[in-house]
Amino acid sequence: MSTRLSKGGRLIDRASAQEFSFNGKRLRGFKGDTLAAALLANDQVMVGRSFKYHRPRGIVASGAEEPNALVNLGKGGRFEPNQRTTTTELFDGASFTSQNHWPSLEFDIGVLNNYAARMLPGGFYYKTFMYPRAAWKHLFEPIVRQSAGLGQVPKDPDADRYEYVYAFTDILIVGGGIAGLQAALTAASSGARVMLIEQTPHWGGRAPVDGVSIDGKPAAEWIKIAVEALENMGNVTLRLRCMGAGVYDHGYVLADEKVADHTPGDGRPKHRLWRIRAARVVTTTGAIERPLSFAGNDIPGVMLAAAVRDYVVNYAVSPGDRTVVVTNNDDAYRTAIALVEVGLSVPLVIDARPTATGALPEKARAMGIRVETGRAIAKVKGSRRVTGVAICQQAGEGTVIEEISCDTVAMSGGWSPVVHLWSHCGGKLIWDAAQAHFRPDATRPPTGADGQGFVIAGGAANGALQAEATLFDAANAGKNAAQGLGRTAKSDLSTASAEAEQPMAPIWVMPQGASVQLRSKMWLDFQNDVKVSDVQLAAREGYTSVEHTKRYTTLGMATDQGKLSNINGLAVLADALNAEIPQVGTTTFRPPYTPVTLGALAGEARGEIFQPLRRTPIHEWHEANRVEWEPVGLWRRPYTFKRSGETTEQAVHREVVNTRTNVGLLDASTLGKLLVKGPDAGKFLDMLYTGVMSTLPVGKCRYGLMCNENGFLSDDGVVARISEDSWLCHTTSGGADRIHAWMEDWLQCEWWDWKVYTANLTEQYAQVAVVGPNARKVLEKLGGMDVSKETLPFMQWADGILGGFPVRVYRISFSGELSYEIAVPAGLGRAFWDACIAAGAEFGMMPYGTEALHIMRAEKGFIMIGDETDGTIIPQDLGLGWAISKKKADFLGKRGQERVHMTDPERWKLVGLETLDGSVIPDGAIAVAPGVNANGQRNTEGRVTSTYYSPTLKRGIAMGLVRRGPERMGETVEFPKIGGGSVTARIVDAVFFDKDGEKANV
Amino acid sequence: MSEAISALGGARFEGYVTVEEVGPVGMITLRGALGSPTLAKAVESVMGVEVPASRRIETAGTKSVAWMSPDELLLVLPYAEVTATQAALTAALGKDHALAVDVSDARAVFRIKGDKAREVLAKLCPVDLSPAVFHAGEVRRTRAAQVAAALWLSGGDEFTLVCFRSVAGYVMGLLRASAAPGGEVGLF
Repeated sequence: MSTRLSKGGRLIDRASAQEFSFNGKRLRGFKGDTLAAALLANDQVMVGRSFKYHRPRGIVASGAEEPNALVNLGKGGRFEPNQRTTTTELFDGASFTSQNHWPSLEFDIGVLNNYAARMLPGGFYYKTFMYPRAAWKHLFEPIVRQSAGLGQVPKDPDADRYEYVYAFTDILIVGGGIAGLQAALTAASSGARVMLIEQTPHWGGRAPVDGVSIDGKPAAEWIKIAVEALENMGNVTLRLRCMGAGVYDHGYVLADEKVADHTPGDGRPKHRLWRIRAARVVTTTGAIERPLSFAGNDIPGVMLAAAVRDYVVNYAVSPGDRTVVVTNNDDAYRTAIALVEVGLSVPLVIDARPTATGALPEKARAMGIRVETGRAIAKVKGSRRVTGVAICQQAGEGTVIEEISCDTVAMSGGWSPVVHLWSHCGGKLIWDAAQAHFRPDATRPPTGADGQGFVIAGGAANGALQAEATLFDAANAGKNAAQGLGRTAKSDLSTASAEAEQPMAPIWVMPQGASVQLRSKMWLDFQNDVKVSDVQLAAREGYTSVEHTKRYTTLGMATDQGKLSNINGLAVLADALNAEIPQVGTTTFRPPYTPVTLGALAGEARGEIFQPLRRTPIHEWHEANRVEWEPVGLWRRPYTFKRSGETTEQAVHREVVNTRTNVGLLDASTLGKLLVKGPDAGKFLDMLYTGVMSTLPVGKCRYGLMCNENGFLSDDGVVARISEDSWLCHTTSGGADRIHAWMEDWLQCEWWDWKVYTANLTEQYAQVAVVGPNARKVLEKLGGMDVSKETLPFMQWADGILGGFPVRVYRISFSGELSYEIAVPAGLGRAFWDACIAAGAEFGMMPYGTEALHIMRAEKGFIMIGDETDGTIIPQDLGLGWAISKKKADFLGKRGQERVHMTDPERWKLVGLETLDGSVIPDGAIAVAPGVNANGQRNTEGRVTSTYYSPTLKRGIAMGLVRRGPERMGETVEFPKIGGGSVTARIVDAVFFDKDGEKANV
Repeated sequence: MSEAISALGGARFEGYVTVEEVGPVGMITLRGALGSPTLAKAVESVMGVEVPASRRIETAGTKSVAWMSPDELLLVLPYAEVTATQAALTAALGKDHALAVDVSDARAVFRIKGDKAREVLAKLCPVDLSPAVFHAGEVRRTRAAQVAAALWLSGGDEFTLVCFRSVAGYVMGLLRASAAPGGEVGLF
């Protein structure tokens, strides 16, 4: 059984006990424990079930590489699935449950998959697509969906907050082991700005566990001194619990800081996402120990050798009473020694190498530990917990020589450098045959804008696994990083020492000649249940690419992303393909290094500040007056103002009728207002608009259309000539920023020598439209300006003082009514609106919203960008030929509009549509034509673009695009309705109301 | 006549730094050839400062001139002086091709004050705000989360941040979140 030792534990504080619950059981741990350490201390070896076969799963590792020990952590708004117990710090009151089983961890019905394993081979999922066809939809998909995913989906909104921080540094060092500390010391000595981040809560990595000494002192002492030295440097930033997640182009690095994971509810942000720009990135990310592939290597109690000693030394947790160590290298002997030193039993070290004569094996022997070389594990015995191992010759086929009872197996297949961050942005790897791993190829780093490599690997992450080499290599990495920035680092190196190690031997399958029965019990990917036999099957089925094999077998596709399985898997694949490992290569390393919670990626963007909300100066009045909002871009515009007892539709109709009979008030502040000034401004606008703006007299307004280069209608609005050399261009509400950018694009990139300046004044003014027969009376009541027909006729503007407000009044109309649009400085917008409301009271004034605006413009046959246009419509389609100059040599879109397809008389063109029965044509309805097309679909001849009930005319009105529409006045077209039946409409003129424009011309 | 009001009416938030919406503040956008002697003279005559270099802001008393782009300056001055200043500027620019326009009401202005003001802004703006890099006299056009912004050091530990008026509420929300107690980074 696993238990807490009575002494030791360098990371725990025995004085502060912490209560937690696992699957409802109340258990105790200490401050400083990881969840995994606390579970082991309570004899919870089995902690989950595997994804596919639901086999019992135990804790394998002690860090980020853990594939098995994932839990549902927390409750309610703090519930998080797939939390890795080996990296999650224990806190008092923590509550978590195991995953992927039903009804319980101990008795899981899904384990039936295990007994049907032969029916669920590699590529099973893909095979279900193939045959029989119906089986996927009706049999496999429902089952696969049911079983997909490990943890549960959180149901409550996240109770925590998150934030970003943007940081800039010369040199970012990822990984705070002794290599990272040394690299930081060296790099910082150059005077460069240095940032050092470490994913765990502790500096120093595993050196203290591995008995390393530095400068003659135990590693822990040196680490303390190094951290203090770095803390005292003004140019160094240190960050614990901060995981380097991804390296991107231009030295951009994302790091996820777990600020309050271990102190939930203390008011701090849960995570902080660091968005770092670094001129150089040094990866001192260490190495990960590989499992060995022997039958039963997935049974709870089989752990990585280094993890076993981590639990013993760091947390004073004994993973088991009797531990068999199985290895192909010297390093694993440290585990045997550590176990015996704390009084635990190591009945045997199984070394697959023919001989083991290094310092560590000799030390183990001297301590009385039995060492057998040339041996292998034939099979691990046990189901939910290791009960023993059967031993065989590594060179043989698995004939059992002896059996040894034990409750833990510590395995070590050698170490793989963590090359993820090196590789994210294109750093290449080379195969190091001596150490049987891929490591960064310093001659092919990821390169930055200057063509120089911007990532430098150091220490174990660079393949320098022995302590002395680690420190030396890391110092070099720090020095090179500084040098790359033109700085010189001091080179007062520390010297590390540890027992010398003899070469490891690559062992990919144990024993070498294992039968298929054994190979189908050798796990490569513990979480996704991929075995040696699955990869071999994939190879036999023709999967020669490692990327394809990964997806076919799901090797390395689990939440651990193959940190343990990758190298072992591709070694097996290489063997099956009879190729060398470097020829097979690795799969692609992609960010993030370990999963980053979505909350951290969202940062502050949630709730009120999920997205910017643009408010007009009059927004608050609307809010206080029963507004129904309509989103327009990021603005909110009033859709309608409901009165007591009204439906939305009734409110809209009231607003239309009141505006047509009395007077309405509209907040038109969102309208784009772009000032264009300069000697070439007229020429410029003549290019931008289809009509002529250069000839517009000062004081007058003209409606204009803008098209893109292809001739398609892009925006419209009224242009006012302000002075000899300046024009104010109104755009649609949603188009202001886009059209401003469009203007600047042409001015900066194409017509850079034209003397034109623009300014976006959209938000400088609140704009209020006073619309309706009584509009003039309201303005006269406000007083201060002559707004008579004679002084201020239709399509003119004037500056003045109205009701004491400095205003610019435009006589323009989008409703067909007598209408004034009045611009005032935004800071006076609300006050002016209030003044209008007061002045308008006696004239029956009511505010109206965008829906009434839309209905009134549709009654007048005015087009709306986005309704009548969709990016495929040219002005000629809309009967707007009158707004296109025939005289101009050129304008944007002219050539496009001359293309054959644009001049095709068969094009759908704008007409009015009047239903025979007075009903309203459904939005988006399509007009059908006789016959079917080549695809067997009904032919069509048009579509509705705007359709409303007109409260003025008391019937349905619509505009639509119909094939040869204007030539077919009086004909009828048919619009089928969803749910059956159809509406017949007569093609009519698009102007339904006041065809002669008498109402506006007063 | 009514007094012009700022977007948020002087809203204030006390977090681990102080955030205050101020204003209205007078602002004139000046576009022109920044190397033109006429423009330099015009700016000097109305604002009392030289044309700032790239990414710089020049201040004299209540008036500042900030570099916005290779052909754009932002003149910051008391709100009441805008009309007269704009007229004087236009006159001084004479026949030079330039554009001087009042944008005071199109903007919202925030002051962020406190010894951790830099990190509160560093959570929102991708700008290197390290004291070693970002000094008084620097100005940056950047973004605050999802909207455009410009910022400069307007006092020892006080930043001024300018954004569009319509998103003042959003920016206030950002600054409240960023300055909420418990969010101290300890970066600078």
